[in-house]
Amino acid sequence: MSATRAPSLKPRDLSIGSPLPDLRKDPITKLQLVKYAGASGDYNLIHTDDETARRVGLDGVIAHGMLSMAFLGQYLCWMASPDSVRRLTVRFTAMVRPGDVLTCRGRVKALSEGTGGRQLTLELWAENQRGEQVTVGDAEVMVA
Amino acid sequence: MTTPAISEALIGRESEEVLVEVERGAIRKFAEAVGDTTAACVRGDVAPPTFPTTFRIAIPGLTFDLARVLHGAQEYRFERPIRATDRLRCRSRLADLYHREGRLGPMTFLIIETEGRDELGQLVFTGRSTVILR
Repeated sequence: MSATRAPSLKPRDLSIGSPLPDLRKDPITKLQLVKYAGASGDYNLIHTDDETARRVGLDGVIAHGMLSMAFLGQYLCWMASPDSVRRLTVRFTAMVRPGDVLTCRGRVKALSEGTGGRQLTLELWAENQRGEQVTVGDAEVMVA
Repeated sequence: MTTPAISEALIGRESEEVLVEVERGAIRKFAEAVGDTTAACVRGDVAPPTFPTTFRIAIPGLTFDLARVLHGAQEYRFERPIRATDRLRCRSRLADLYHREGRLGPMTFLIIETEGRDELGQLVFTGRSTVILR
């Protein structure tokens, strides 16, 4: 990962449209897909077995969409905290393959006062090394 | 070869209630697989936001060939974070099913909603999955 120190989201420093810091993930490996299959319980072989993937018309295994969503979940935890996440909504828009390097990016969509603190609505996405968005969505986090 | 069509008659079909005991080791293993370095997740104290994907809850009668499945969209909402030692009573329900003609032929869209409640019946999280069968 390119950044290890967590940034903090301070509402006073943010306004609508403010860009969020990038979180670049390590390249996705086949080993990671095997680990993710085991940890998540998603044993669909198109993610771990090239032969199965080819049989359904793919060039080879593709990553679980939920792995990219998990990266965005990490992104929220990194910027805020795992306690602060109220919602995460995504669409899977492109396939991710081993070797791809995903970067989580985003911007502030809305700021509002909610019960128990201020709520930030964030637009966020994961994009690959070619700048193509692969998982796109938004999220709500509570900030102090 | 054709697979049996999944019909609209399944809309509203619900799973049994499943008791999920959230294990610290399962959280740690999930965080490790994702490469999620969030300290509370690495320790296994707090579940990462997408951890409910590990709660695999079958809806009776809803079976399909995994090779035909695409995950279209996913949402999770939280009333509070999920923590190790939580005992969650979870259910899934086929909220909707519809057919669309896509670029690659006919596709069936499934909307599956999941919820988890604590032992007092308080809502902890909800999930909404859009699954596409091609």
